[in-house]
Amino acid sequence: MAETAGSPAIRLDGISKSFGPVRANRDISLAVEKGSIHGIVGENGAGKSTLMSILYGFYQADAGSIHISGRPANIRTPQDAIAAGIGMVHQHFMLVDPFTVLENVILGAEGGLTLRQGMDQARTELIALERDYGLEVSPDATVSSLTVGQQQRVEILKALFRQADILILDEPTGVLTPAEADHLFRILGQLRDTGKTVILITHKLREIMAITDKVSVMRQGEIVDTLHTKDVSLEKLAELMVGRRVLMQVDKQTVDAGECVFEARDLTIAKAQYVRSLDKVSLRVHSGEIVGIAGVAGNGQSELLEVIGGMRSDYTGDIMMRGRTLRPAISAPDAIRANGMAHVPEDRHRMGLVMPFEASENCILGYHNEDRYQRGALLDRAAILSDAAGKLERFDVRPPNPHLPASSFSGGNQQKIVLAREFEHDPDFLAVGQPTRGVDIGAIEFIHQHLLDMRARGKAILLVSVELDEIRALADRIVVMFAGRIVGECLPSVSDAQIGALMAGLEAEPGV
Amino acid sequence: MTGSHEQLPPWATAVVLPLLNVAAALAVSGVVVWLIGESPLEVVSLLLWGAFGWGEGVGYTLFYTTNFIFTGLAFGIAFHAGLFNIGAEGQAYLGGLGVALACLYLDFLPLPILIVVAIAASAAFGAGWAFIPAWLQARRGSHVVITTIMFNFIAASLMVYLLVNVLAPAGSMQPESETFSDHARLPFLHDIAAALGVQIATSPLNLSFVWALICCVGFWVLIWRTRLGYALRTAGINPAAAVYAGMSPGRLTIIAMMLSGALASGMALNEIMGSQHRLILEFTAGYGFVGIAVALMGRSHPAGIVLAALLFGALYQGGAELAFEKPQITRDMVVMIQGLIIFFAGAMEHFFRPQLVRLFSLMPSTSRQEA
Repeated sequence: MAETAGSPAIRLDGISKSFGPVRANRDISLAVEKGSIHGIVGENGAGKSTLMSILYGFYQADAGSIHISGRPANIRTPQDAIAAGIGMVHQHFMLVDPFTVLENVILGAEGGLTLRQGMDQARTELIALERDYGLEVSPDATVSSLTVGQQQRVEILKALFRQADILILDEPTGVLTPAEADHLFRILGQLRDTGKTVILITHKLREIMAITDKVSVMRQGEIVDTLHTKDVSLEKLAELMVGRRVLMQVDKQTVDAGECVFEARDLTIAKAQYVRSLDKVSLRVHSGEIVGIAGVAGNGQSELLEVIGGMRSDYTGDIMMRGRTLRPAISAPDAIRANGMAHVPEDRHRMGLVMPFEASENCILGYHNEDRYQRGALLDRAAILSDAAGKLERFDVRPPNPHLPASSFSGGNQQKIVLAREFEHDPDFLAVGQPTRGVDIGAIEFIHQHLLDMRARGKAILLVSVELDEIRALADRIVVMFAGRIVGECLPSVSDAQIGALMAGLEAEPGV
Repeated sequence: MTGSHEQLPPWATAVVLPLLNVAAALAVSGVVVWLIGESPLEVVSLLLWGAFGWGEGVGYTLFYTTNFIFTGLAFGIAFHAGLFNIGAEGQAYLGGLGVALACLYLDFLPLPILIVVAIAASAAFGAGWAFIPAWLQARRGSHVVITTIMFNFIAASLMVYLLVNVLAPAGSMQPESETFSDHARLPFLHDIAAALGVQIATSPLNLSFVWALICCVGFWVLIWRTRLGYALRTAGINPAAAVYAGMSPGRLTIIAMMLSGALASGMALNEIMGSQHRLILEFTAGYGFVGIAVALMGRSHPAGIVLAALLFGALYQGGAELAFEKPQITRDMVVMIQGLIIFFAGAMEHFFRPQLVRLFSLMPSTSRQEA
């Protein structure tokens, strides 16, 4: 890319920030050129979000300076950042759902005593912006009626409406279908072409490769390198992020699928008269097989996992293990575990772990009634601790200290605690939700390998993930869910476009 | 890591923060004392002397402490299960009914058996009174904060009715039950000591104090060493994880509330069977509410609850002496000091946290790399 003359859009010099003993950012210097898309990659906890929060005024740096377009900027609050021309699109949208797009956009910038005046002016501007960037959202649509992708574009509109020249996007594609992500990238490209500067924070290396001009890699609070994207390979980026060589593709050996272990028949959850969050979902998982459930988040996958895990009873349909009907007769989660099923919940913070509990206490969650953990009327603490120590060691949890509270482990290590607990119970059938969400690359490799090991040992695995790459890498069959229904089934080898069409709810072509 | 709730070493949260809060409360009290023209130092020394300076004072301090331990444990156990039981007052009141019924109508039993029966009766009545709001929350979604406070009023009305119309001896104008017979009373500790040949000052301190300490140990074992405690804590911290693990939050709500009510009733044992020897109106006297502050200050840990209860017990006793010695300082002043402690230790628990965090981050010895 040609070097633009003049000062960079953003220059950070020597930014440092500590939280107590944790040094989240260390002496970070970075220049982002005007009119470019600059990617920032790094594992969870590498300090990306902290750095952007400093730039956006949520935190104040302990040391260092910020220059915007060559002028020193003193950013203490998000208002300062907006005034300096910085806009941010958060991972979790900050929208008022019952309001229209227009109302959301002018929020905090109403202008004038009566709404009317500002509204009319805003409407004209909004229409111009939408046209210029192909955002495709109507100003009068209610936000709650929009798709996730459209809601994200409302966030972008909000920033542009406030005259942002620099746009920061924090993990923007986590909630999007492949098609929506493509649309977003087209928009970002147009923004760049009109001279805006875009900072893209992500852990998805493919996105970095696809649209950024330059990329900075963060590791342990430092920027380890800033490179021109065209000069770098995926493998090299991964290596920089993790600090060692990473196998990008796990070795998947062929395993012959055996007998049907798990079967669900017509699982249905009726939310209201015509609304169903699960609609006649039937599927089978055989021994030695991983069935991947693909779909945009919120299309019934969570409900499906909760039904299988015994966490809800408001459903109809049958669940069978090895041809024997388990439910509705046997439905409590502990009874399900006793019948050879295990459940790695989608959201380890909300369900899989009790954060203030010690690792050892988390290692018995759900199995706390088992005899091996009892000593008379009391829990056998020695047995629990030694059991946990073994699990932490075998799953390479760092630090392998069963006394530490779960909250003090990193995301990847927390997930390994959950997996250790569920895998070591040696179930016949495993329902796994988002096994690598918020987990660093090194741990992803480890977790994928373990899932494939379980498969090789003849376990039946149902894998729910929003990461299409992950499903492709692991699954033997892919089942796509949309609006609570199974809308299609395909092999992991089909193209992104084909799966994407299914995920978006477009009817499957026969034979796909 | 990047949250706004920044970390302190556990001992700082458990020890330094409560001490700072109490110190702040005392400092503000000192200012008020000074404003009405008394010397804060003299007041503090009178207060301490009143509470700990003489045998009888110590006895009374520990007697009040017993009440606070029970109501503190009561609040604490529900708190571990994520419940805010502010109905200890009413539960203890009903527990008093259980104690009184046992002592009035079963006084033919030998004392050791009667004690066990009285404990069981008080616990059953207290737990029973807590069961209704618990069931309403678990099965009907009515929040215990609302229902338990309402049940305090219902308990008060019910007890007035019972004491005036049912339990008062025929012809008596006093709204209180008959006095228990001599052998239906908990032994005073000074009597036990005398029997063992040790002379200690006369005070209402009785065997309930020992029972309170036993309950503290039982509380610790239950919460941190049993399956039930594990389940209660899980449900309290993360109800979704409890469901995931196959626990029933509704059932745990009911169990926790009933245990809470049973513990609250311990204070009825202390007051009714241990000291008053008859059932009287309003003997709970706000102990149930102060128990909330005791438990919060003590971080719902028995050791902390005992220390916080001792603090409040000392304030009660020392304050009474102070009001006696200094006509300028009325009983209300002591209530104000208590109020300030509750305010700083309860409502403003984390007031000094940011300063403390900053102080700790300056200390190089504590800085260690995130693992």
